[in-house]
Amino acid sequence: MPPVQTQTTPQGATAPQDERPAPPTELGRGVVIMPAFNEERTIGPVLDGVRAACPSFDIVVIDDGSRDGTAEIVRAHGGVVLRHPFNMGYGAALQTAYKYAASKGYPVLVQLDADGQHDPGFVPVLARRVLEGHADAVVGSRFLIGKGYIPPFARRVGMVLFGYIASVVTRRRVTDPTSGYQAMSRRVFEFLQSDLFPADYPDADVLILLYRAGFRVEEQPVAMRLSPTGKSMHSGILRPMFYVFKMLLSILVTLLREPPGVIAPTPGPAAGPRRG
Amino acid sequence: MPIEQRFLVVCVALGLVITIVELVRKRRLREEYSWLWLLAAAAIAVAAFVPFHGLLWLASLVGSENPPAAVFFFGFVAVTLLCLQFSVRLSRMTEQIKNLGQKVALLEAELERATSPGGGSAASGGPAA
Repeated sequence: MPPVQTQTTPQGATAPQDERPAPPTELGRGVVIMPAFNEERTIGPVLDGVRAACPSFDIVVIDDGSRDGTAEIVRAHGGVVLRHPFNMGYGAALQTAYKYAASKGYPVLVQLDADGQHDPGFVPVLARRVLEGHADAVVGSRFLIGKGYIPPFARRVGMVLFGYIASVVTRRRVTDPTSGYQAMSRRVFEFLQSDLFPADYPDADVLILLYRAGFRVEEQPVAMRLSPTGKSMHSGILRPMFYVFKMLLSILVTLLREPPGVIAPTPGPAAGPRRG
Repeated sequence: MPIEQRFLVVCVALGLVITIVELVRKRRLREEYSWLWLLAAAAIAVAAFVPFHGLLWLASLVGSENPPAAVFFFGFVAVTLLCLQFSVRLSRMTEQIKNLGQKVALLEAELERATSPGGGSAASGGPAA
């Protein structure tokens, strides 16, 4: 085993204790989902952290075509593995989990990254905001907590830009539009299992989509750190450029489309039949 | 256009038609796509018999002084539209493959749960839909 990232677990975290949420009281039923692609080095401690933070929640990991031991580690931790037959990307992985959660009828879903970037200690806080009806979707923002990891400059530029656009469109302050640390109600993930979900690169455009569909979206402070593996979805030169282009286009067409009506809950895991 | 050139163009069109029919016969090209290519072959054959003043008229449509350039322009537009059409189909297939892949993942998990020693009531949790 590679060195264990103990700071991922709530017990030994790097985030200051005073900012840490209170220990979990009974949360009831729910599901924590994590897209994973070759994360055997980091996922174990994250799973432990989730288990400790919310023992009553099921854990579902979407194995997006990993070639390492990710799936075995998840099973050893008692989690469910949804295994993609081939790599389909982060967004498609999220949507697979939305479909799963919708078919199981969970009241709440929390998603976080498997690379240790997101502190699992905040899962109960985000879930509770949804369960108590304060919001339909809650986005964990690393910038509301005051300190913590500062992303690289290029990424910050994108965050500021899309945060500004999302703030203008949704008429609420959005500080962290790229955050993948989110909680959502059943109605939201049932909505996102449809083909409206931008499965290639979900980001600020999802927040705008949810807002336009009439859902209440809010931000809550969470602690984040640089992924222990140091890699990001947005590293390189061409990918950030493509990301900015794609997001601008995606936001534009989301705004040009008719506001989506919230679809009726579907009983099965899949969206309805489609004809081209 | 000299008669030799007309003959050559007709031969090209004919060759294209034979190739398309052969591909469909061997099931390497779907009928659904073949009609577009047959249309293209027909257009080429027709072009062989367009009189020169017809080309002049075509050129005047786009304000060109050079009839061959006008022909290339229209050909280029047609090919571009064809490519766009393929991109649209490709996008739809990407979506379909994604949905299919997701369904495979969900069904596999369901199968695993049903056939596991725990009899489906393992930690995987939650009442089945």
